[in-house]
Amino acid sequence: MSNGNMNLTLKVWRQKNAQTSGKFVSYKAENISPDMSFLEMLDVVNESLTHKGDEPINFDHDCREGICGMCSLYINGHPHGPKRGITTCQLHMRTFHDGETITIEPWRAEAFPIVKDLAVDRSAFDRIQQAGGYVSVNTGGVPDGNAIPIPKVIADEAFNSATCIGCGACVAACKNASAMLFVSAKITQLGLLPQGQPERYRRVQSMVAQMDEEGFGSCTNTGACEAECPKEIKLTNIARMNNDYFSAKLFREDEVHEQGH
Amino acid sequence: MSEFKQTLNSSLGKKLIMALTGLFLCTFLIVHVGGNLLLFNNDNGFSFNVYANFLTHFPPIEVIAYLLYLSILVHALYGLILTVKNRKARPVRYAVAAKSDASWSSKNMGLLGSIMFLFIVIHMGDFWFRYHNDKTMGFKEYRTDLATGETKVSDYTPANAEFSHSVSTENNVEVVRVKDLHARVAYSFSNLIYVIFYVIAMGAVAFHLLHGFQSAFRTLGWVHRKYTPVVYFIGTWLFAVIIPLAFAAMPVYYYYLSTQGAH
Repeated sequence: MSNGNMNLTLKVWRQKNAQTSGKFVSYKAENISPDMSFLEMLDVVNESLTHKGDEPINFDHDCREGICGMCSLYINGHPHGPKRGITTCQLHMRTFHDGETITIEPWRAEAFPIVKDLAVDRSAFDRIQQAGGYVSVNTGGVPDGNAIPIPKVIADEAFNSATCIGCGACVAACKNASAMLFVSAKITQLGLLPQGQPERYRRVQSMVAQMDEEGFGSCTNTGACEAECPKEIKLTNIARMNNDYFSAKLFREDEVHEQGH
Repeated sequence: MSEFKQTLNSSLGKKLIMALTGLFLCTFLIVHVGGNLLLFNNDNGFSFNVYANFLTHFPPIEVIAYLLYLSILVHALYGLILTVKNRKARPVRYAVAAKSDASWSSKNMGLLGSIMFLFIVIHMGDFWFRYHNDKTMGFKEYRTDLATGETKVSDYTPANAEFSHSVSTENNVEVVRVKDLHARVAYSFSNLIYVIFYVIAMGAVAFHLLHGFQSAFRTLGWVHRKYTPVVYFIGTWLFAVIIPLAFAAMPVYYYYLSTQGAH
């Protein structure tokens, strides 16, 4: 009797490093339990590759519970696979059927160079964050937690934006490889809250400038990022960022960006 | 680089230019379709020819017209620049095409825009350029009896080459002599290939604006749960349905008239 396990064919992008060119290589993934996560399935394949003396497939992963933003993989035309609102580590093999061919590609973007196989260098996101994605806090006494009142709706909105894990699925999904959903989520998360106000207009200018520097594309408002985001970050964030950016650039006397003088 | 130039050269600045020129072109469409509805007046082109004459001889309109031509060129040029930049942002394409649910029109704005640009070149060459430069374009004389309101039409040959239009009243009869653009319209729209091209181009307008109108508001940062549904409604019904349909009806109607032998 069959145990319900599956046999799959994987078409995996193999590339030694950023300097060499890569190609697709097919692998058999046999006797895969439908209860495995996608990453566990890859672990099994890597185990057998190692036993055969082949180089295992390199892919990014860390917490394996959907909060670290480390796992990636463009699976059958979808970042993080075909299901909505989850990361690759939360994707289970029961989503696929026996005998299916699964194509696995790395995130494709000029700003995300390939490190090896399916792992890409997402440090562009770190540099955007470092450009202004923070709140400066001077040391001193511990402030009372509820000293600054914040309306519930605003707190909720800020929290929704703050759930961005910076995985880069938005860039991977966008036809222009634009990072606007990520950048706008980071800007909105801080820009909505009172603590983020002093640096609000400086922040949006610095982060957008860094985003342009990294070579990401522009936004066409297609909404592919919103559809593929594992944390379901809303497209509204981008409009909010645009609003802040244009008011900073065109109307605000006090927040003239230091660069460009 | 000055602060202003830096702003407009940023990725968001380029999109701001796209949004502002795009919305300006949208407002133009409303005026253009409104005026051209005169083509449906069954008056031998009297009202349409007078309207065309007014547009080309009223200075404020002429200023706005040049702003309009500039907007078309800037919108097309920046669209091209952004497309090239966006392609560069993904040098290696995916083997499996993206399957995310983004609307077809939002993914094909460049293609739709290119069809529209080709259309504008042909359309302006046929009507705008001829109206201004074609010396062989004829004139019509409309004699309206002010007592009965009856209008008689006849061809008119100007005495000198500089003649553009005239309005006079003699013996209770108003005489209007204007360039006959209407005849050119009727002639162009009697060609089936031409009519099909116009209808396809209006399809491109519909799909371009279905995404473009609301996208411009997003780019400007004007998104709010109160008015965004209104923007979507206007973008869909006015700009992607009513206006393209009204425009497309003009060549179809004139083609129908030509097959009936009414002209």
